This record gives sequence, C-alpha cells and structure tokens, in this order.
Amino acid sequence: MSDRKTLQVQRISGHPGPVAGAGMQREEQVCKLIDTTTCIGCKACEVACVEWNDMPFQPTMFDNTYQTMPDTHWNYWNLIKFNEVTNEDGTFQWLMRKHQCMHCADPGCLAACPADGAIVQYRNGIVDFQEENCIGCQFCVSGCPFNVPKFSPTTKKVYKCTLCSDRVGQGLEPACIKACPTGCLHFGTKSDMLMLAEKRVKQLQTVSGFKEAGTYDPQTIGGTSVVYVLHDASNPEKYGGLPKNPRIPLSFTIWKNWFKPIGLIASMMAFAGVILHYVTEGPRRPQPQPPVKEVDGGEGKKEN
Amino acid sequence: MTNGWVDIKNTDMMLIMGGNPAENHPCGFKWVIEAKRNRDAKIVVVDPRFTRTASVADQFLQIRAGSDIAFLGGLINYALANNRFNHEYLVNYTNAAFIVKEGFKLPEDGLYSGYDATARTYDKSTWNYEEVGAGAHASDTHSHAVQSSPVPPPTLPPNVAYDLSLQHPRCVFQLLKQQYSRYTPEMVERITGIPRERAIKAWETFTSIRQNGDMKKAGTIIYAVGWTQHSSGTQTIRTAAMIQLLLGNVGRAGGGVNALRGHSNIQGATDMAGIFDILPGYLKMPVPADTDLKTYLTRTTPKASKPKEWDSFNYWSNTPAFTVSLLKALYGDAATKENDFAFNWLPKIDRKYSWAEIWDDMYNGKVKAMMAFGMNGVMIGPNAKKNIEALKKADFLVVCEIYPDETSEFWRAPGTTPEEMAKINTTVYRLPGAGFAEKDGTFVNSARWLQWKWAAVPPPGDCRLDQEILARIFLKIRGKYQQEGGKLPDPILKASWNYTNPNNPSLAEVAKELNGKALADVTDPKTNTTIKADQQLPGFAFLRDDGSTMSGNWLYCGSWTEAGAMIQRRDPADPSGLGIHANWAWSWPMNRRVMYNRASCDLNGKPWDPDRKQIWWSEAKQKWAGNDVPDFKPDSDPKSHMGPFIMNPEGVGRLFVPIGAVADGPFPEHYEPTESLIANPLHPSQSNNPIAKRFKSDMDKYGTPDQGYNIICTTYRLTEHYHYWTKNNPMNVQLVPEPFVEIPAELADQMGLRGGEKVKVTSARADYIAKAMVTKRIKPMMVDGKKTYQIGIPIHWGYRGIAEDAGKTAKTPANYLSPAAIDPNAYTPEFKGFLVKLERV
Ligand code: SF4
Ligand code: SF4
Repeated sequence: MSDRKTLQVQRISGHPGPVAGAGMQREEQVCKLIDTTTCIGCKACEVACVEWNDMPFQPTMFDNTYQTMPDTHWNYWNLIKFNEVTNEDGTFQWLMRKHQCMHCADPGCLAACPADGAIVQYRNGIVDFQEENCIGCQFCVSGCPFNVPKFSPTTKKVYKCTLCSDRVGQGLEPACIKACPTGCLHFGTKSDMLMLAEKRVKQLQTVSGFKEAGTYDPQTIGGTSVVYVLHDASNPEKYGGLPKNPRIPLSFTIWKNWFKPIGLIASMMAFAGVILHYVTEGPRRPQPQPPVKEVDGGEGKKEN
Repeated sequence: MTNGWVDIKNTDMMLIMGGNPAENHPCGFKWVIEAKRNRDAKIVVVDPRFTRTASVADQFLQIRAGSDIAFLGGLINYALANNRFNHEYLVNYTNAAFIVKEGFKLPEDGLYSGYDATARTYDKSTWNYEEVGAGAHASDTHSHAVQSSPVPPPTLPPNVAYDLSLQHPRCVFQLLKQQYSRYTPEMVERITGIPRERAIKAWETFTSIRQNGDMKKAGTIIYAVGWTQHSSGTQTIRTAAMIQLLLGNVGRAGGGVNALRGHSNIQGATDMAGIFDILPGYLKMPVPADTDLKTYLTRTTPKASKPKEWDSFNYWSNTPAFTVSLLKALYGDAATKENDFAFNWLPKIDRKYSWAEIWDDMYNGKVKAMMAFGMNGVMIGPNAKKNIEALKKADFLVVCEIYPDETSEFWRAPGTTPEEMAKINTTVYRLPGAGFAEKDGTFVNSARWLQWKWAAVPPPGDCRLDQEILARIFLKIRGKYQQEGGKLPDPILKASWNYTNPNNPSLAEVAKELNGKALADVTDPKTNTTIKADQQLPGFAFLRDDGSTMSGNWLYCGSWTEAGAMIQRRDPADPSGLGIHANWAWSWPMNRRVMYNRASCDLNGKPWDPDRKQIWWSEAKQKWAGNDVPDFKPDSDPKSHMGPFIMNPEGVGRLFVPIGAVADGPFPEHYEPTESLIANPLHPSQSNNPIAKRFKSDMDKYGTPDQGYNIICTTYRLTEHYHYWTKNNPMNVQLVPEPFVEIPAELADQMGLRGGEKVKVTSARADYIAKAMVTKRIKPMMVDGKKTYQIGIPIHWGYRGIAEDAGKTAKTPANYLSPAAIDPNAYTPEFKGFLVKLERV
C-alpha cells in the first residue's frame, strides 16, 4: 500500500465544503483485530507503542493491579486493561483488553472538534489528530465514547493512537501488531479481519464453551477500525468499561448535523489566530511532537 | 525440552504446571496459542495462583505450592484405572514389563527399602531389576565395581527378567499400580487442596487423548522452575516423564516433557557443565576413587541391561570416545595415550559443591574468594542474608557486571551500619562486562537449538567481552605458575589455548573447538567416509577413544562442520509443516528436533499418526527415513526390537528408575515441603523428603506452624522484568514500578488490609516489606481439612535500581525469606512453598 492510496482524507473537522479528492478511491478499510481471548497481557504492545512514537516516560505508581496505569495518557496511547471478574455462574476470569483509540467509522472526536484540520479521518478508516491544528479546546475528549483523547497540560494539545498511520502509509502494520508475541493482534482489511474474528468466535462457542462469544464492532457508531473478539460479547463492560452501545453525545450529534456550519463560522471568527490549513494537498505525517523532557508532572497513578 | 518450542503447535493437549509461560516465555507462548487456534488444543493449567497463563486456559486448578507429585500421582492412578494408556507403547518402549528384584519395598511408610536413618541415605541395591535365573545371589552381578571403593555401587543386570503379560507381582507395571493406587482423588484433595471433582475433570481431560489406548492424538507437558524449585523437584519432573511414557507421548510431535528454560542460554550453561557434578556433554565428574582413566570409564560407561531377546543401542557406551575427545580438547598435545590423556589433571569431586553448599562453605570460612560472572549471587540464592554474611568473611570478591548490583555492593545491604561496614575487609573488584547485545556467540534455547547471534553494538567505554576478561585472568595466572611453579601446575600450564588472539579468543574459534576436529585421518567403516586430519568433524559418530579426535562437547559435534557454521543457518523453510525447520540454526543431538522420535512409530516402524509423520522405517532402503533426523540407529530393523530410548542402557523409558539414578526413590513419592503446615497425609511419621539437604549454620533456620508461620509463600518473576537487571531500565520500571506481595482478597479482608498498604512478610530467616496487591486470583483453599492461604512475591527488587535508589522500596531481596533446603538430585533450593507470617506495617 502506498502512502497515497491508504491515507486518503475522507472527513475533516470543522471544515466547510467538500473534501477534495473524497470518493476518488475505493481502497478497502484497514482494521486491527484484537482477540482478547488469546491476549496474555504481556504489554509488548505497550512498549512498542511508546518506543515507535518516541514517547517520554510516564512515571507510574503501584496501584494494586498489573495494569501499567489507570488510563491511557497523552504520552501513553495503548494500555492493557486488567480486570479480575467473577461471573454470575461463579467462574473466575482475568480479562486483559488492549485499550486504545477505536478509529470509529463515525468518530465522536471529529464530530466534536471545531478546529479545521485538527482531526482527519482517512478513507482507510484511520482517525488521526493533526496536533499542529489542535487548539486545545478538548471538545474531542467529551465527544469520544471511549475516553481516548488525552490532553497534555504542557503542550496544550490533545493526543491519541494514530493506528500508526505513518507506518500504515508505508505499507507496514502498526507497531503493536508487529510486537505482539501471541498473534492475538491482527491487521488487514476490515472484511478480512471480520472473517477472522467470526472464525474465532465460532471456535470459542463450539470448542471452548463460551456461548456468548462475539465480535465487538459497534454499529451505533457505524463500526470501528479496531475490532475485538470477546469471550462474552453480551457484557463488554466487564472488559474494563467497553461500552455496549457507544454513542456520540447528543449535543455533538446535533452540533454536527444542524449547527455545524453556523458554529464553524463562529469558531472561525473566535479563533482568528488559527491558521487554516487545507489538508487537500495530500496526507502528512501525523507524528505528535511531545516535549523533549518530561514536564507534565502528573503522576499516572495515585497511591491508595 | 524433549521437543521444541515450535513443536508445541502440533499438540492436542497441554498440561502447563510448574511454569507460567505466558508470563515468563511470552514469545514461545505463541505456539501454545497456535495449537489452541489451529488444532482446538486444550490447556489445563495447575498453579498456586491464577496466572497470565491461566487466563487463556480451558481449565485452571489452584494447587498448594509443593504438592505437585500428589496431583500427578493421582493422574497416573486415573490413567491406569481408566485404560488411558497404550499397551503396545507401554510394553515395548518402557520398562513396565521388567521384573524388580526381590526385597524392593514401596514407600507405604514414606521410606523405600534400604534407608539408613543415621546417614540419611539409601542403600540402593534392591532398587534394581531381577536378573534372569538369579535367585538369592542377584548381587553377584556387581562384577564391574570400582575396586578401591569399599561397597561397590550396584550395577544393572545384563539379562533382565520380564513378563510381557504385565502380571508378575514384581513387574514394574504392577508396582506402579500399587504405588499410585494410594493417590486416590480423596488423598489428592487432602494434599493439594484441589477439590476432587476438579482434579478428576482435569485428569479426564488430559488423558482423553489416549481414550482406550488410541494413539492418534498427542499431549504435551510444559513446566519450568515451578517444578524444580522444591525439595522433591527432580521427582516431580520424573512423575511427568512417567505420565508421558504411560500415555505414549514421548518422542511424538506435540508430545514430550518440555522444560522451559528461564534464561536465554541456561540450556547452554547446563550443556557446558554449569553444574559441579558433570563435565561438558553430561559426562560424569571424576571422583577420588577414579584413580586412572580406565577406572573412571568403567564406572561411568553403562552396559546394556535388557531382556535377552531385545536390542539396546546404549549410546552412552561411547563414553570413552566422548571423554578422550574432551581431554584432547582440554589439553591438546599434552594429552597422550601414555599419560592417560591427562585424565588426572581433571578435578575430582570429593563431596557436593552445589550452589547452596558453596555459600555455606564461605559462611563457614572455608571458601575465601568468589568470582561472580553473569549472575547476582546475593539475590539469586535462598536465605540471601546468609550469603551477604558469607561475603563479609571472604578475602576478595570479583564481580563482572553491567550495572552496580547487590552482590558487588553486599557491604551496603540494608541494615548495615557504618561501623559494621568499617569492619568488612573483603576486597571487591568490579569488572565492566558487556551486555548481551554487545556480544556475539551462541544462545542455546529450551529447544536445544544453538543459534548464533551477532553483536549489535560494541561495548561502551572500558567494557570488555567476557572471554577477554577470562582469557586475561587465565593468562596472568598461567604466567604466575610459569614463574613461581605451584602444587599441580600441569592443568594450567598445559591447557590447550591455541586461539589466534590468546588475549581475546574469538567465539567462532571456541565454537569450532566445541564441535571438534580430526587430529589424524578417521574413517567411518560403515559409510567408508574419511575425515582428514585437521578437518572439522561432521558428527559424534566420528569421535574416537584413541586420541585421534578432539571435541569440547560431544553433544555439539555437528554444529560447525567443514560445511560451515550450522548454528548460523537462517533458513525458515519447513516442508513437512511440522515445525522442524531443519535448516534453521542447529539443535543437539545431530540436529534432531524431537528426541527419541523412534517412539513416534509403532513396533513395525509406522508413524502412530499418519498426519504427523516424523520418521519411519523404509523397508526398501532398509533404513530409517524422515522429516526429522531419526534419533536412533539408522539401520536398525524394527524386527530387532531395539528400544527407542537409546540413552538408557535398557533401551526403553524408565517408569521405574533403578540403582539410584534418582536418589530419593525409583518412583516419585509425595513429601511435604521442608516447611509445611501439615503432616504428610500419606505417612505423617515421614513427612518430608528423607534425604533432602538442610543446612546447620546458625543462620539456617526452618520455620514451623507452631512458631506462627501459618501462610504458604511462593516466589516468581514477572513478564515486565528480567531478573535483577531491568530494575535499572526506565521502560521496565514504568511498567511495574515497585515490589509487591500478592495476597488473597479474603485474607486481606480478615486483616483489614487494602491494596497498596504496606505489609511485612516474615519467615524463620528474615522479613520483607512491600505493598500489598490484594487479588481475587489467589483463593483460600482447604488443605487436609484446614483453611489455608498462599501469598506470592515477585523477586525482582533489591537495594540497587531506579526505585531502590529513589527510596521507594524497603530494599530487601525476596530471597531473604526462602530456605536453603535442597533437592537431593539437582540441588535446587526450595524457593517455592515455604512458610511465613503476614502483618500490616
Ligand atoms: S475512539 Fe474516540 S478518539 Fe478514537 S476515533 Fe473514536 S471517538 Fe475518536
Ligand atoms: S502484545 Fe499482544 S498479547 Fe501482549 S499484551 Fe499486547 S495484545 Fe496482548
């Protein structure tokens, strides 16, 4: 996959008028498949993410769990959520779910964002933040049903997983996929990943006795470019707060559908200093530029 | 491993016990997942804690630490009672039909026949097979005894009595049945704390691959130091081997007994004699009674011992060729026929020099100095405080490391006052070593693969490669001997040291030396191939006992031949799809990927499972052929009934281990850990392993429940850290920043303890303070009717490291707590399943 083919812009936040070049390509959507039933919580993907994105270290504290920190952080985009679950039938599970941006087909973050070009969705499904256009208003934080975007008080910008759009643009798989030792992570086209997921779900139901096994690809937001296989799809909440029916907050839906054009004009006036940037010239490398030294000062965990 | 990492993908059933591979071997664990995904393989995990491995298992059973033999003995009992074994395999490939000598007694009272209570040893003469025709005078077979030793050790009879119907009351099969009939589900529940229905379900599941003896499927047993680190560790692994023999799983793709080694090159360290009682290639270490080479070889070279009608390859009969070739590698031209190939220059061991004994000797003032390379001695041993005290008494200590570690800074262990420090006279030399990415050379992995690696970056600053440091020390010492002489200078002066750069030998040269070469032309009479003098040997079949070959380790012979460095090969091709990858690196012995693979075929040489054809007998070629290299005599017609277990003099696998090859009994028996909450339900009067070693110094204390030590404690590692190194690396520290103690939620509730609060763990030896991780992953259990709690401590922290230097930890090593109680065979300490008490701080 060449850069030009895979990073076709499909939507642009806070942008009036049509997206240049939209609809020109018929490239299939990319997708990351996370089979939580074969994840061993080794955190190789966490390390790969930190290293590939050259993130400064985040000080952590012991928090009565194997989980590295309570939630993702502006400089920690990929986190295994560890959950000790006692089910109603008395069975016990230690669930490990790789938590990161879901790259929603209908991204709440993008819908909420008023800054032109701060969030783009490529035609391959990747939702990417363009930090140079981010105005730090944090609307995306409230717009996201998965609590993914994280604000850095230092740079006054918001960051999240890019699905390694820089790697994917060069025909490589995301760094986490490459690092995963068990092969519980897969990367490919959405239809291929759904097929793989269905196969595994069937195996879980027939061989392993997980009757409620299923694929998580929530249609309430048009599906996602990150898809889970769960032992129990009837209750995704137990995997560390995975919403069963994620929705973009109503206010943002309304904003998007009805008031956006007006709101946009308003915001353009309000943020006159914001340099408007047309993304139509083609894709860019969406790497964030975190500060060289750790100045956040925020502890990832609080002590009990 | 009898098999290999990749081979796990071929399995239908896994018992993972005494190991937590998802945690400690995440990369290798991909093959477990492959088997699950592609073959619908089942995973049964048995562990004291619900681990990362348990999180992807089909069944998890929480077991009391140190009661593994009881669970496995119950499994044997279940398999025997439910026809979950294959008769053909059992009768022909194991010693099930062999008849055991009269006078042998099973340990109903906890002791086998021949126990001497004062010496705490066994007389093993009844632990033997019956000789055909031998009545009362069976002991006359001791004809090859070492002359100078007063009581000759028993030897195996050449002509073993047997009963193929397996009905003889003293045949191994009947004794096996009798031994494990005591391991009923009720008894197993009392000992292990596993509810009987759960245990039965797990046994049913694991043995289901051998339903009515059908051989199509294969099951594997995967373990690690969770089995070895007990006072009956070797016997636990023996039990696993017996199960796999009984079920006909050894030698088969997807089968085997698979030890996961905990470090990248631990297998290599063992192969190269990192243990005091062996020489490279598992040759036995000489003892003082071995006054000359002949005596040594007579003692250590086994003679075939089998039913007369059967054949046995008895591969160790080549011991003389292996030994002489090793001596030629060690001493070169100075080893001649006339001087017994310099046999007497080898050290002879008069007693045990295992890890814990070395430290005990230092503590008692007998060992005066230590060189610590590639290990953090203070941290890795049991009863670590004693090791620190021992070092205070030493004259000097040399530590080669890449970080300042607890061993080189033993003098600043927590609690040492400035006054005490002033009194320590040990001189510490710190040598700057190189890290793994800065060195080339080989790693030998768990699958016995020798894989060459290339240095990624040069060592920084003044750091030096290990071989350069060792070479310089050796040459300095040799110089001293040259100038000043010494007591026995020859082994030092005449050691072979023909490296291009003697001060810094290239590891490629060393690897070639380990493979070995011809010193004169040698011809294989069968194939009529000749290896010319000075050529690298193609394999150990060419090794000779007349001094015409040399090899530093016979097992590695074939790894670097005239065709090049087999260990550097990187061809991933796998035409058979069985994960053999014959041209990727090289595995000992002779690039066989699955050991004992003759047993993957039936008596006639046909694979048990036509879909997983490893090797087979080719009637046309009158040879064994295969996808893998046959681990067998290549032209042995199945009709000759040669046993597949060619390293045993019997040619068959040992359900019963004769003459004390395993010191604590021919069959494994459950003994309580050295420190235990209960008396052994099987035989309360003989609760512990009668011959496990305990130490007697004032610092070697062992706790009892009466003293208030009422909780079982076990120690382990985490995925996020690598032993005691990564506490110096910010990335790893970020993932798990501080030490902790895992505590069952129910126990924490009773104590009013919340996660993150500090707790003090105290054993009879010391205490340890860290934060509590309150978890539902460890549940209370009923052991022999008593409610029992287990806690767990990851071992990674000490008094040097990022968290330690920042004052975030109590700075005490976890091994302050563990007891120096050691297994009588492998001398491994009991790091798991000792007693502690727990308090809030
Ligand atoms: S998960 Fe959140 S941040 Fe990611 S695309 Fe969806 S709405 Fe945006
Ligand atoms: S690397 Fe794979 S197995 Fe490991 S935690 Fe990440 S997703 Fe799970």
